[in-house]
Formats: sequence, structure tokens, C-alpha cells
Amino acid sequence: MTATVVSVGDTTIHVDSEGFLTEYGEWTEGLAGQLAARIGIELTDEHWKAIRFLRADYPSHGETATLRRVSTLAGIPIKQLFVLFPGKPAKKMAYVAGLPKPRGCV
Amino acid sequence: MTTTAPFVVPDFGDEASQGRKLAIICSKGNLDMAYPGLILANAALGEGVETHLFFTFWGFDMITKSRMHDLKFTMLGNTATHMPQGLGGLPGMTAMATHQMKKQIHDIGVPDVPEFLEQIVASGGHLWACRMSADMMHLNESDLYDDVEGIISAADFIEKTDGAQIIFI
Repeated sequence: MTATVVSVGDTTIHVDSEGFLTEYGEWTEGLAGQLAARIGIELTDEHWKAIRFLRADYPSHGETATLRRVSTLAGIPIKQLFVLFPGKPAKKMAYVAGLPKPRGCV
Repeated sequence: MTTTAPFVVPDFGDEASQGRKLAIICSKGNLDMAYPGLILANAALGEGVETHLFFTFWGFDMITKSRMHDLKFTMLGNTATHMPQGLGGLPGMTAMATHQMKKQIHDIGVPDVPEFLEQIVASGGHLWACRMSADMMHLNESDLYDDVEGIISAADFIEKTDGAQIIFI
């Protein structure tokens, strides 16, 4: 797999061909704000609730949580996730949280 | 291989998906035939695609309050169970197969049919009931799942989904 190194501000991160981070450990909360800004999202406490859940869930679950998983386990209604991360909420959340795209069906 | 490149932002295709529409026609009421439409609808909505579901004929069971919690799976006529067909006809086999399938679905974190519809509606999906099926079965809006937007004719549905990609299940 080809890894690409890119610079965001004064940090360097590894991303895949689409721009998703490939190294779990390279993500920081500061980076999340910059990633979100690049896709037109300004992070609020509600966004952070979802992002922190995704970050915490990934190592134990072994894959990125789907919308349904975020909704049921983090207690954020699906409707709200569509408001927070418009269009493609699961992918956008994963991107900002520095995780791979979710691969679950539901 | 590692290369240094300009910062890439994923293409979430927000503009590309705008205007894309999906129409899913659900015509079956067996438990195993309910899920393909629901899963595809859910996936499409998660990709920002406008999605409409039309429930017709036996698919009406999926949105009929008295039946939607109780869809069944039968081995009869389904060779993909890889069991002798005669077994499916034994008393209690449909109940057992239904119970087993519901458990398998639950175990992988997929909701039951009513909850799945709720999720689809929360994600912005549209549910429509078929006029002819309602007339045939003597059902009206009060018999149907509350989030069904209306009982409409097939022609109305075709009109509403102008330009959509259509999936018939």
C-alpha cells in the first residue's frame, strides 16, 4: 500500500490515496479541527462527542464505528449525526477522527 | 513506498450526489426479503442519496403495524438453505428458522424491521404505501407505520422518483 506523507500546519501525517489518515497515533485533537475545517465543518461540543466516541471505540472494536453504532452507543440520534456531518456523516466523522472509512453495512 | 505530496482532502462528492435519487420497490413480505431493500436504502442515505421506498403487494407487511414485528422466514422453496426441502414443511420449522434468522441478524448489530424503518426515516428516507395493495387488503393509513408519508398509486411513485435509479425486490 502506498502511504503518502502530507504536512498539516507544522505536523506531518500519513494518509491513504483519498486523504484519510492511516496511522491511528498521528491524530491529535488539534489536527481534527484542521481536518474538519477543510471539509467545511466547524467543530462544536456535539461534534466532539461523536469524534471522541469514534476514537475510543476504534481500538477496542477493531474497525470504525458505523452511524448506527455511534447512534446507539454514544447516544446521538441518527438525525443529529446528519445535521452535524451533512451528506455523508459516517465517512466525514471517520475522516475528522483520523480513522479509516467504516466498512460495516448498517 | 512513501511519497510526500500536497494535502489531499477526501472527495465526499457532495455535489456529485446531489440530484442522485434511488427508488426501491419492496414487494416481498418474507423476513429475508425485507432486509435487502432496507440495507440498500440505509446505505444510499448514508451516501447522501435521496431515497424513496415503495411498499407493494407482500411488501406491505413491512409497514403494516399488525404484521411488521412478525415477518417470517421459511425454508420452503429456498434451496439456498442447503437443507432437504421436505424439512421446511414439518410443523414448527418456519418458526424455528425465523427465530434463528432473527438471532443472526440481531447478533451482527442489525435492527429489526420497525427499528430499521425508524433509522431510515431519521436519515431522511421517504416511505410510500401502494394504493392498490391498500385497497386489496382493506387497509388505510391508520393501519400503517406512522412515518409512511402516504398511500399513493404506482403512477404517483414513478412521478415522485423522476430520474431515479430503481431497484425492485
